[in-house]
Amino acid sequence: MITSLRIMMRSQKVVVLCSIILSFLLIITILAPWIAPNDPIAVNLANKLQPSSFEYPLGTDHLGRCTLSRILYGARISLGFATLIFISSLGIGLIVGTIAGYKGGWLDQVLMRLCDGVMAFPNLLLILGLVGILGPGLKQVILALMLVQWVYYARIFRGMVLSLKEQNYIAAAKISGSSQWKIIKKHIVPNVLPPLAVMGTLEMGWAIMDISAMSFLGLGVQPPTPEWGAMIHEGKSYIRTNPELMLYPGLMIMLVVVTFNLLGEALSERFGVKRR
Amino acid sequence: MSLLQVKAVTHSYNSHTFFKWKDHSKKVLTDISLSIDEGTCLGLLGTSGAGKSTLGKVILGLERPQQGQVLFQGHDIYTADKLIRQKIRRDLQVVFQDSYSSVNPRMTAEHIIGEPLENYEKLTVAEQKRTVIELLERVGLSEKDLKKYPHQFSGGQLQRINIARAISLKPLLIVLDESVSSLDMVNQTLILELLNELKKDFGLSYLFITHDIKAAYSISDTLGVLEKGELIELYDSKTQFFSSEHPVVKQMRGSILAEHPRFRSLPTRINKT
Repeated sequence: MITSLRIMMRSQKVVVLCSIILSFLLIITILAPWIAPNDPIAVNLANKLQPSSFEYPLGTDHLGRCTLSRILYGARISLGFATLIFISSLGIGLIVGTIAGYKGGWLDQVLMRLCDGVMAFPNLLLILGLVGILGPGLKQVILALMLVQWVYYARIFRGMVLSLKEQNYIAAAKISGSSQWKIIKKHIVPNVLPPLAVMGTLEMGWAIMDISAMSFLGLGVQPPTPEWGAMIHEGKSYIRTNPELMLYPGLMIMLVVVTFNLLGEALSERFGVKRR
Repeated sequence: MSLLQVKAVTHSYNSHTFFKWKDHSKKVLTDISLSIDEGTCLGLLGTSGAGKSTLGKVILGLERPQQGQVLFQGHDIYTADKLIRQKIRRDLQVVFQDSYSSVNPRMTAEHIIGEPLENYEKLTVAEQKRTVIELLERVGLSEKDLKKYPHQFSGGQLQRINIARAISLKPLLIVLDESVSSLDMVNQTLILELLNELKKDFGLSYLFITHDIKAAYSISDTLGVLEKGELIELYDSKTQFFSSEHPVVKQMRGSILAEHPRFRSLPTRINKT
């Protein structure tokens, strides 16, 4: 066990390092209410724009709220909702892609033209448009992100199902009397899911960026809820006097996105998964 | 009555795309008629692209032909009612050429061989396991191989697993689609011996699709030659194949390597063909 761990440490340095960082972030996300030194939404104007101190380790913002506490609580929203978006869009993509690839014919044509339609627009523009229609708010941003992200998964799933469908073991399963549902469940999904999970790691980075971008534009998380993008938005008026208000949440976004991207790259290289 | 009858089957592959309305269909089978009797083996010879595998798929019910009928015990496999089709599917099994792509890489030998049993036989877990072990032993493997994944087997061993899966439901006809072509000479001989034994023991019928004349000769009772989608000749005995004067058959015979290298010189072979 220890030997295999050592071999892994040596050969997969990036994967191990990224996993450690992400595990650390996951722990602080879960433990935020217990480890945050202050209430993240308690306004105290007497303490506004304080430098780092024992009581406020990363200082306070323009409303006297503890920056560290807001970053810790903000991680819950950024990471939590990015995971939600990832899982839900993967789920929709899995269902649509598998049906389109396995059934083929007009159904495949209709579903794929729908994907083409969504993919014809730049992502951010489409999300902005959808949020414009649905109205600002976290729920709307999540819905918009889900509506945009699933098409990529559907496309990739379809391609994988198409190539798997031609494998002899699918024909052998049909001849063995397995139903369509059983073939999809036992032969197709288990073979397409692992590479997609690897690809999903890369997508997590994008989802975090998108949630933060929407919050920065004032369309996502609404005040006073702490969220990294929203914190950058609030801090931008103080960029000359207190640049750390933008720096800390910005660094956190960078850390998480870079970690997810590096992990995704390393895993996709390791498992030979092609990116979209 | 013949076990399997193929009547005037014609099939082509269509490639209709969204913007191209022109028909780009390619004819792969033209007016094929043949029959296989119970307990016999029909060897179907042909070069690459002759339509052998497509005919195999048509017979297995995987590719509906545009014209013609495939009758199994007198029932059309494409139009018979559901219950009869299920019964036919049980009696009609396959072993493909590529043993690796014929098994799900994420399943153990136990699950691979157990899949048809799961679908048709209502066995308890213990009974199914016992049946799978018996099948493994019948094809020359052992209980130790039960929990192994496909990558832990050699090509020959994996082909034995494919054969075990095919015989698990005690079918009447097995389509052997180039089943020994990807194996080395020793494994080819061993698998052919196994197939011959199984044929005798279970009274199986085979449709042996191959381009290897020697392999076809060693297992088949009757022979057919397919060329460019047409069944050019059908022989009731193997000797007829060797006396045929058809140019394609002559060319095929000319391609068989002589046993001694002295007789394999290039000019001799070119003159022969």
